[in-house]
Amino acid sequence: MDLSSISPTLLVASLMVAATPILLASIGELVVEKSGVLNLGVEGMMIIGAIAGFAAAVGTGSPIIGFICAALGGAALSLVFALLTQFFLSNQVATGLALTLFGLGLSALMGQSYIGIKPPASAKLDLPVISDIPILGPVLFSHDITVYVALALVAGVWWFLKYTRGGLILRAVGESHDAAHALGYKVVKIRIMAIMFGGACAGLGGAALSLVRVPQWTEGMTAGAGWIALAIVVFASWKPARVLLGAYLFGGVAVLQLNLQAAGVSIPVEYLSMSPYLITIIVLVAMSAHRNKTALNAPAALGRAFHASR
Amino acid sequence: MLRLEKRPNPSKTWAYMAPVLAVFATMIGGGIMFATLGKDPFEAIRTIFYDPLFSEFAWYYRPQLLVKGAPLIMIAIGLSMGFRAGIWNIGAEGQYIIGAICGAGAALAFYPAQSAFIFPTMIFFGALGGFVWAMIPAILKTRFGTNEILVSLMLVYVAEQLLASMSLGLLKNPEGFGFPGSRNLQQYASAHNAELWTGTGIHMGVMFAFIAVIFAYVLLARHQMGFHIRLTGESPKAAKFSGVNPKRLVVYCLGFSGALAGLAGMFEVSGPSGQISIDFNVGYGFTAIIVAFLGRLHPIGILLAGLLMALTYIGGEIAQSSLGLPSAAIQAFQGMLLFFLLALDMLTNFKLKLASAGSHP
Amino acid sequence: MKNISFSLRKGEILGIGGVAGNGQDELLACLSGEALRPQDRIKLNTMDIGHLAPNARRALGLLAAPEERLGHAAAPDMSLTENAMLTGMVRKELSRSGFLDWPRARAFAQEVIETFDVRTPDAQSAARSLSGGNLQKFVIGREVLQNPSVLIVNQPTWGVDAAAAAAIRQALLDLASQGAGVIIISQDLDELIEISTNFAALNAGCLSAARPMSGLSLDEIGLLLGGANAAA
Repeated sequence: MDLSSISPTLLVASLMVAATPILLASIGELVVEKSGVLNLGVEGMMIIGAIAGFAAAVGTGSPIIGFICAALGGAALSLVFALLTQFFLSNQVATGLALTLFGLGLSALMGQSYIGIKPPASAKLDLPVISDIPILGPVLFSHDITVYVALALVAGVWWFLKYTRGGLILRAVGESHDAAHALGYKVVKIRIMAIMFGGACAGLGGAALSLVRVPQWTEGMTAGAGWIALAIVVFASWKPARVLLGAYLFGGVAVLQLNLQAAGVSIPVEYLSMSPYLITIIVLVAMSAHRNKTALNAPAALGRAFHASR
Repeated sequence: MLRLEKRPNPSKTWAYMAPVLAVFATMIGGGIMFATLGKDPFEAIRTIFYDPLFSEFAWYYRPQLLVKGAPLIMIAIGLSMGFRAGIWNIGAEGQYIIGAICGAGAALAFYPAQSAFIFPTMIFFGALGGFVWAMIPAILKTRFGTNEILVSLMLVYVAEQLLASMSLGLLKNPEGFGFPGSRNLQQYASAHNAELWTGTGIHMGVMFAFIAVIFAYVLLARHQMGFHIRLTGESPKAAKFSGVNPKRLVVYCLGFSGALAGLAGMFEVSGPSGQISIDFNVGYGFTAIIVAFLGRLHPIGILLAGLLMALTYIGGEIAQSSLGLPSAAIQAFQGMLLFFLLALDMLTNFKLKLASAGSHP
Repeated sequence: MKNISFSLRKGEILGIGGVAGNGQDELLACLSGEALRPQDRIKLNTMDIGHLAPNARRALGLLAAPEERLGHAAAPDMSLTENAMLTGMVRKELSRSGFLDWPRARAFAQEVIETFDVRTPDAQSAARSLSGGNLQKFVIGREVLQNPSVLIVNQPTWGVDAAAAAAIRQALLDLASQGAGVIIISQDLDELIEISTNFAALNAGCLSAARPMSGLSLDEIGLLLGGANAAA
């Protein structure tokens, strides 16, 4: 066992990359839940994004087109969810699950011919002098573009929710859809837009997995990342900055356990692999035990169907 | 413009018609999907739905319906109780795995002794394993209010890692030439979950599945617990008013579904599957969710839906070998089925009305 | 709710007046047993019941009808038979060692429908298919026909047509004259003036001391509602 072989700089740098897919999915789901909708289909949308992005990138040779297609794919799948829950008023939990199961199956289907292929590498930031600074260089300035896009997205969502009128309306719809409807806001339209944004983000997250983090396509490669994204939204008390913290925390655990495995730590591999999931549970329990604080932040209309009775 | 109007009384006709229509819609949707994959849609649909029942090899496939259907039905029955009450056990796959590990572990602890007591012990531990695994989200929910969806789901991944660990470690076959996996329980007479009548595919698990269906039916229709479950799902405030203890209900529902899932796992590992191995679990715990909804959370419905799902599994396997249809297609197909069902389900509570332009809403 | 204290006699109708949002729902929940709080001391015929759950209180004769008809007093998508089972299980012996007697529940529902002239095709109709007035008649009638020793109702005639309202008030009067104690929580002052024996006002969670209705002038009622003479 050789713990000294674990380099902290590399650890932090790799955790940022590892956290990016989940960060993207979480911030998208945060927006969806802020509008009052619980979309359990994040896992399905992520994996569809993963294969759509992979296929597009391999087919066109351009990772950027891959990412765009991933976002479109995730948004398209989320549209099905939107249709079912907003127009057909179906149960949100069941529909989200159906989305995940369908997404997993469809992606496996689409991905048949892409197993084992290497995707085109996406651009990494490479600033002349800055990227070479000993510790800050790898940690802050040498990442793949996706890492920066994810961070920008988190900042953008935070600013949108806090300072724009659109953000205020979104939050109003999530707190009380009846009141928002009475005020004349189109609840259904706003929710559909939120859902599609969430789908696009999840799709991007999936592509970040298949094009950057791994980078390869394997059936079921998200391995529960979508579910963890849902947990992170709860952990973050529906606040964007805390989503960043949660995603990085989770990324950190995932990367640390891999490093521990490589360093030859004597804990069996399987138990180390369990750790991210167990830690998620512990975090969830801790959050719900402090019920008073978090309950105040959950959008009041979360999960309830809206039907204009007028 | 189409408008949705709430029905004063839920429509009974639609309650029966929705699943049937959903199946037909899926056949059409699935056909389109297969066509885009370059397969003849009619042949694909026929292979999946008709061949297992009526083709020349149907005598082999029909018993498989029960073999594949039993775990689905058993798990779905357990899940449906919780779903009705708004208690979402999504981690049945994990409870299934743990039940299998405990059941197989119990059997292997006695190896190589032969005794009539071994199988009942396995049944006990299988159910107990699943029950305990489901108690984790139950206790976390009742004590801390933690969301059971996420906890039970995380535990699936933990269970999968435990399965791998067991296959490579504690339960590994010492005479297995170093390959991962436990002893094959099919070769251990006292532990083997054998066919009760050859050629029928009916093993103990199938019997238990039927018993579960009957039990659930009686519970829901005739027993106070069933009434409380239905009430909690429809109207939580009225349930509280009626005196239902929501925490106790969470424990009962999660415990019951966990035990059934664990039992299903145990019957599967000691029967059709045979051994504890890394890829022992094939997603029954998740497909059972579709079965539960397809059966409209009703015991008889679940029985039929489970057999239908089994049909798609078996038909899918045939299509895989004879038409080259990838196995993932069936998974997508099953997901599509749930989509259509959810969409059509709305019609039991709402009427579609054509509102002419210019009329007041 | 702050320090609420009152007592109820056999045959007495206590009217608790107050504008909505002053603690009415909470008061009913505490009395019915839905909100169990260790600091509550409630005595029924000298027996301590403050720690008992709703069905245990029902067994002893304490029944309640909450304000919200659909979603609380009755389950909207369930039939009237099932809604009869909702509260009638205990006192009407509709359950034997856990197994439910549906034919008996249906007969009970039918009895309520006939006695209180509830307009509905039959006992199998969903609760949400009834008009507000008819559903309220069913909800109140369901409790009245269980022979309570104490009945607490919250806004019994809110949103109900005049004929049904009159029928409900008469039912409450009859119940009291047979020896039960009745508590009516209502925003409708006319109603309280009409049928209460005693009156108390609920204001910001505080209950005024109960005074005989007959001696109260409208001015005094107004003052009480505004918070004067609140039991601190």
